Amino acid sequence: MGSQGGWGQSKEFLDLVKSIGEARSKAEEDRIILREIETLKRRIAEPDVPRRKMKEYLIRLVYVEMLGHDASFGYIHAVKMTHDDSLLLKRTGYLAVTLFLNEDHDLIILIVNTIQKDLRSDNYLVVCAALTAVCKLINEETIPAVLPQVVELLGHSKEAVRKKAVLALHRFYQRAPNSVSHLISNFRKRLCDNDPGVMGATLCPLFDLIKEDINSYKDLVVSFVSILKQVAERRLPKTYDYHQMPAPFIQIKLLKILALLGGGDKQASGHMYTVLGDIFRKVEASSNIGNAVLYECICCVSSIYPSPKLLETAVDATSRFLKSDSHNLKYMGIDALGRLIKINPDIAEEHQLAVIDCLEDPDDTLKRKTFELLYKMTKSSNVEVIVDRMIDYMISINDNHYKTEIASRCVELAEQFAPSNQWFIQTMNKVFEHAGDLVNVRVAHNLMRLIAEGFGEDDEGADSQLRSSAVDSYLHILGEPKLPSVFLQVICWVLGEYGTADGKYSASYILGKLCDVAEAHSTDDTVKAYTTSAIMKICAFEIAVGRKVELLPECQSLIDELSASHSTDLQQRAYELQALLGLDSQAVESVMPLDASCEDIEQIDKNLSFLDSFVIQSIEKGARPYIPENERSGMFNIGNFRSQYQHEASSHSLRFEAYELPKPSPPPTVAQVALPLPTTDLVQMPEQTYPRETHQAANLPSATHASSADFGVKLRLEGVQRKWGRPTYSSPSASSSSSTQKTANGATHLDGGGTASSQTRDSFYDSRRQQAEVSAEKQKLAASLFGASTVKSEKRQPSAHKTPKGISTSTEKPAVKGAISSSEPPKEKTLPSSPPPDLLDLGEPTPASIPSVDPFKQLEGLLGPTSAPSAIDHSSAAGPKAPDLMALYADAPPAGVSSGSLNPALADMYTVNKNSHETANVAAVKKGPNLQDSLQKDATARQVGVTPTGNNPNLFSDLLG
Amino acid sequence: MIRAVIVMNTQGKPRLVKFYDFQPPEKQQELIRSVYGVLSERADNVSNFVEADAIFGPGTQLVYKHFATLYFVFVFDSAENELAMLDLIQVFVETLDRCFKNVCELDMVFNFNKMHMLLDEIIFGGQVLETSSEQVLKAVEEIAKLEKSSSAISLVPKSVSARFGR
Repeated sequence: MGSQGGWGQSKEFLDLVKSIGEARSKAEEDRIILREIETLKRRIAEPDVPRRKMKEYLIRLVYVEMLGHDASFGYIHAVKMTHDDSLLLKRTGYLAVTLFLNEDHDLIILIVNTIQKDLRSDNYLVVCAALTAVCKLINEETIPAVLPQVVELLGHSKEAVRKKAVLALHRFYQRAPNSVSHLISNFRKRLCDNDPGVMGATLCPLFDLIKEDINSYKDLVVSFVSILKQVAERRLPKTYDYHQMPAPFIQIKLLKILALLGGGDKQASGHMYTVLGDIFRKVEASSNIGNAVLYECICCVSSIYPSPKLLETAVDATSRFLKSDSHNLKYMGIDALGRLIKINPDIAEEHQLAVIDCLEDPDDTLKRKTFELLYKMTKSSNVEVIVDRMIDYMISINDNHYKTEIASRCVELAEQFAPSNQWFIQTMNKVFEHAGDLVNVRVAHNLMRLIAEGFGEDDEGADSQLRSSAVDSYLHILGEPKLPSVFLQVICWVLGEYGTADGKYSASYILGKLCDVAEAHSTDDTVKAYTTSAIMKICAFEIAVGRKVELLPECQSLIDELSASHSTDLQQRAYELQALLGLDSQAVESVMPLDASCEDIEQIDKNLSFLDSFVIQSIEKGARPYIPENERSGMFNIGNFRSQYQHEASSHSLRFEAYELPKPSPPPTVAQVALPLPTTDLVQMPEQTYPRETHQAANLPSATHASSADFGVKLRLEGVQRKWGRPTYSSPSASSSSSTQKTANGATHLDGGGTASSQTRDSFYDSRRQQAEVSAEKQKLAASLFGASTVKSEKRQPSAHKTPKGISTSTEKPAVKGAISSSEPPKEKTLPSSPPPDLLDLGEPTPASIPSVDPFKQLEGLLGPTSAPSAIDHSSAAGPKAPDLMALYADAPPAGVSSGSLNPALADMYTVNKNSHETANVAAVKKGPNLQDSLQKDATARQVGVTPTGNNPNLFSDLLG
Repeated sequence: MIRAVIVMNTQGKPRLVKFYDFQPPEKQQELIRSVYGVLSERADNVSNFVEADAIFGPGTQLVYKHFATLYFVFVFDSAENELAMLDLIQVFVETLDRCFKNVCELDMVFNFNKMHMLLDEIIFGGQVLETSSEQVLKAVEEIAKLEKSSSAISLVPKSVSARFGR
């Protein structure tokens, strides 16, 4: 049987395949392959393996690797085989190497030399094999090594080689655009190759190039159109026909290119109308490939400057697609419709039924495509239906990737077109319930904000109705067994803010529900944090209206549990809650005012100037003036644990400041600014603590002013920092930050009033102060993270359609209340980093591509004229070549009758084409003979590989001068 | 650009795998499995297209065709036309058929290096090179002729294929 092995395979290989085929399980298959690998390892290592045997081993290795096993031990032998002289073995070697290695593999270096040699071979089959390898194995670094040869091959006598060389260059361009940017003119040149196959291959790189930089190729529109015309008119040899279609793949590529070039360009599009109309007429819609061309025509018509007549034809073709029985054509039809409605949204209407049919179709691909179409045609009039449909579909699928996409689309549409608040909330509930873990958290924050702010109408009644309906629905939904974490956060927040607002539910009922949530999700710290804050709010509202809060036992045990929690965030919340329970109603009301989540906090007096009189009083009574902590040497890191924790979390690094040498720093500021004390006083008092600094301080009274300004800035930043909590978005310290915030104002107020402040609050105060004196680095970070004060004006802008209610109401409410914004922080924190229209992010990648284009564009801009002279070169050289060119399409005249008589016309066409080229180029050449010379010189230099990318001063001075 | 060509049987076993952007073997297996997972769930009489951005990244699609015990899968991006890719599969299969005379799965298993050769004449570096199966065969025959001159080569005779046919 050994003799029967095809292509030299032995019985062993046949047996291997057979036994794998018969393997009953994956494990059995693996065992067989592992045995095979052992055998191969042994055999390959034997000395003097016959080459033909080695070839077979290699093929077996390829097979083994295809089945997912490691064959790396044999790579080196594949490399060796590429060196073989026999074409058969060499090809096998190249095949194995292209399948085994990636272009960055260490072994590539051993092949480059062989490739170079093979590219120069007399045997064009060897050259082709090498070109195939080049495509796969050459990376940016090795491109220069083979580039000259590949470029040379563009002029090879065999069209198969030219074709492959063009595509290999294209590959280089894809891999490292800069390495071949000076060779781009070659692609233009090859467009006039006398083999249509080579011309067709050239369209691939040109398509990519044009996509990057449309404007540099506008001059080719006429050429492309005339090529397309000739192809469509069957001027190509019959061998290029495919299923009775003349070179359909070339047509498709050309149509794609024209679609790019004609986009929004009336003049360029004008050239295309005739040929497009011709193709529409000529294409046989009976074959698959005919429909491919037809579809490409529709795409082209829909992206170029619209022509009413063509649009009509395109719409007809689309409706034929939609009415077809073939799912493939329906799919194309839906896609085409999606393109056409961009130009005229009314087109969709007459195809409603067809679209609905596709929506009901069992074919998932078709369904998705249809949803994409629906998404594109959503208006406020149809949003309810479409989103409902989408949600139903979303629930039915398991594919998380697509689920995420469709969920975010639902949200986007709902935000954009929601007909009513009620509907919006219900829709969001559904989305959250079924895909809560897949949607962006920002969506949740938007929802919370929407509930808090309402839809912008100054109608408190409607807003509160919205809120109570939200509360109703959430209390209902809480009964569901499994809810996504993000959704629970929303629910908790809403219940906390508005659970008792309309008086429908008692505080203890809501509290009970919240405790249940915390209990049921004991592993989710974020949810627990949200519940704790919600509980605190409910309690605060109760206390504020003078009712006594009786904590349920489960609530109490929750607080106890949390105050011993490992999460400092939860601990803090628990302690704050406990502290709050001990306050009287007046204090609580100013600490936690009802429904103040949208209040502005811009009214904060960050300089705490209202405390000035108190400070003066105290100092007069003999108290020591306050010294900002960073100006107190040696005391910096005595902060309590919490501030340290906060600090670390926010700066994401260890604190090194404590070990720095104490810098001479300006003297205490607040006190001095607040009240002009005699300097001696000031010096004496710090002297006890900071003997080292005193003299300096005394000597620098002028510095005080500047530093006081500094201080102000710092405080401000600090306010921002505290307000938005730590940068970890997942556990927003909503209430914690707000409550500490409030101690800044509220607590000191109390102090001023002479009421005893509780121990906890003192420590808050302290920690806050320490936080305030952050290092310069941190401030920078904070500024870059939160954009300092400028952010504040931006952040209030709601993303979608709501006008900020907060701003309008804040004027009515006392400024102090503004200080308290309970759960606002998390919402706004994201905004600085990624501004408003949340879900529209989808479109963002586009700008990203710009920088990548840039350098290339520039280079090309410089080289642009290169192509002109080189084209001239070509056409002047084409003097003798011209007949060739004509011969090209006339050469193998289609056996058909018609072609013979048409040939002259073709030749005309071509010469006209050439002429236009020439005239266009004359202008460029007129600049002087220098230009051409130096370009040529440069080109040869490049081809030799002397200066692959370096600037050629000569060249550029010519071009620019 | 065409990203990958995968031929696998209806049990998900790969028969020909070619990625035009290098993928490490483990990743290849993962991709093949995902593709198989998608294809095996698709009913007959539905479209031949599947949006593949969950598997191969944004903007990618795959076109597949089911022949007897085999799936032919082409993965490509937005620079290609779906229907045209479907026809390219047709070209590939036609070529195989001409080459092996009534091609069957077994032919592919035993001659997968020849399959690669054919494919290299149709798709080059991710771009369509040739769509005429005649031209492809001509090219391949030329190679074979040259190779034969150095060594005697024969395809797996049908008798062998038949013996292992299922």
